[in-house]
Amino acid sequence: MTVLNSFLAEKGIYMLTAILFFLGMYGMVTCKNYMKKLICMNIMQVAVIFFFLCFGQKDGGTIPVSLGDLMAADDYINPLPHALMLTAIVVSLGTTGVGLALLMRMKDKYGSMEEDDIVKKEDDL
Amino acid sequence: MISENLPIIIVLLPFFAALLTPIIAFFQRVAARWYASAMVTTAFALSIWQLSKVTETGTIRYNFGGWEIPYGIEFVVDTLNGSIIVLVCFMGMLSMYFGMHFVKGLSRLKSGGFYTVLALLITGLMGMSSTGDLFNLYVFLEITSLSGYTLIALGGDSGVISAFRYLMIGTIGASFYLIGVAFIYAQTGSLNMSDVSELVSSGEATGSVLVASVCFIVAFGIKMALFPLHGWQPAAYSNSHPATTALIAGVMGKIPAYAMVRFFYFVFIGQRASLETLMTIVGVMGAAGMIYGSIIAIRQKNIRKMLAYSSIAQMGYIAVGIAIGNYYGLLGSVMHIIGHSLTKGGLFFAMGGVMYKYGTSSLNSMGQLYRKMPKTVVTIVIGALSMVGIPPTTGFFSKWYLALGACQSGQYWYVAVLVVSSLLNAIYFFRLLEKIFMDKEMTNANRMWDHRGELPWLMMIPIILCGLGIILTGLFNTEIVGILGIAVQGVV
Repeated sequence: MTVLNSFLAEKGIYMLTAILFFLGMYGMVTCKNYMKKLICMNIMQVAVIFFFLCFGQKDGGTIPVSLGDLMAADDYINPLPHALMLTAIVVSLGTTGVGLALLMRMKDKYGSMEEDDIVKKEDDL
Repeated sequence: MISENLPIIIVLLPFFAALLTPIIAFFQRVAARWYASAMVTTAFALSIWQLSKVTETGTIRYNFGGWEIPYGIEFVVDTLNGSIIVLVCFMGMLSMYFGMHFVKGLSRLKSGGFYTVLALLITGLMGMSSTGDLFNLYVFLEITSLSGYTLIALGGDSGVISAFRYLMIGTIGASFYLIGVAFIYAQTGSLNMSDVSELVSSGEATGSVLVASVCFIVAFGIKMALFPLHGWQPAAYSNSHPATTALIAGVMGKIPAYAMVRFFYFVFIGQRASLETLMTIVGVMGAAGMIYGSIIAIRQKNIRKMLAYSSIAQMGYIAVGIAIGNYYGLLGSVMHIIGHSLTKGGLFFAMGGVMYKYGTSSLNSMGQLYRKMPKTVVTIVIGALSMVGIPPTTGFFSKWYLALGACQSGQYWYVAVLVVSSLLNAIYFFRLLEKIFMDKEMTNANRMWDHRGELPWLMMIPIILCGLGIILTGLFNTEIVGILGIAVQGVV
């Protein structure tokens, strides 16, 4: 059991985030619907956030608040990856917002969010 | 006080312009436009002062909030990015002036919003060039990208689709950059560029540096439209708002290239030997782009699309300079960043002027343009000569330094590609000149702007200044190289 645990903690979780990352990218390439492309983009960004959080995690660490008797750096979790990822979440919110605004413009103009329809109408114009 | 806080004030001026412009525009539209332009003009003046200070007294390090390095965020300005910041301010200032007439008569929200987004783009570009922190660079990269998407989407309905595609691809690039930062941070525990540089050169984290370098090449390659990663670029450049194409094509594509120079020659300098193969790959990508971009540009019927494809070729030059990586190669690369910004910016300003007056950018409607818009055509001619690389324009000197660097490191095949690509440039730029001077006049040219004179003077200023800039950076290339050399000398 411990072998499995340590394998999952050391390699498995990173493999899963890598799979999630490339799954998102695959979806962005293959999906024909622009809304689905945007959702896949979010999946990809979440994978990057997971990656940061995974290597920020450690066994036996506690919250980064001074607790009196715990003085060694080993006792605390490094808060910086989490702080960085808060910023990255805000950035991905902004990106999604701009993407949705563009999608609304497209829907108004072409009446569809399917790539095939839009490309066809673009050629007709 | 101003003198001590110079690096941050320069970045904050356009940022405050972005914050206050929509509020001022609500009451007074014209005042808002002039307010934003004045802020960027002040930033330009201050950036020149900063560059002269850096040249005299050496690198400026600015710590935020008094936090010690490596714990805090810092802005580091040496002569390399000092010059790039001057360039960004200059092109940003000209774009601000140039946009004035495009937004005339638009609603408060639209004209104020246009200037807000433009000022945000300038903020992001300047932040990217001045920062000395890995994650800070990511934040500014995203500010740049988001405002870039918006400005591309302002160019009409096909602009919206190009902007959405760029948003998809650009986000993949930004995610790759973040993964690269994750590898560096997980191994070295630091996000400060100079600190990472020391930790890396002590021989730690060789594998991580390699993985991170691959991620950075993908990330910056996408953002600067290096050859196989260029898919978003032609549509985005040719469909963007005509007033901002000069800034988007001229500067937004160059700053990632500068970031690449910063990473491979300042941050990862201790691991140069293990990155040699990667540099060859970047060189091959650049060389392939030089040929590909030029060949596709020849068959374009729309001038803005032709210039966009030609940009792919020009980014190839910069990538080749980074790949050569000796003193002259790097100098050529940075010279080309500066020179090509002015050249492409000038050409896109001129095309924006033509579009403002006649509403078209098709190659076949350019007949006898030199009679109708003589001053604009002078800039187009100077720009075309610079793209082909004819002295005394700046294009000749950057290509000369690149060729010198390639010869010095014994990679003669880069010189061959350089010459072939320049000849291909000559084909499509002389075709453009032939249309302008020889072709017979279009009879159904409908004038969008019906006044006496060529163009409004606010649009003439950017066009003429860019034309002058191309010649002056060529004539004073030894002085520019002398300034850049201070920073480049230290790393090669």
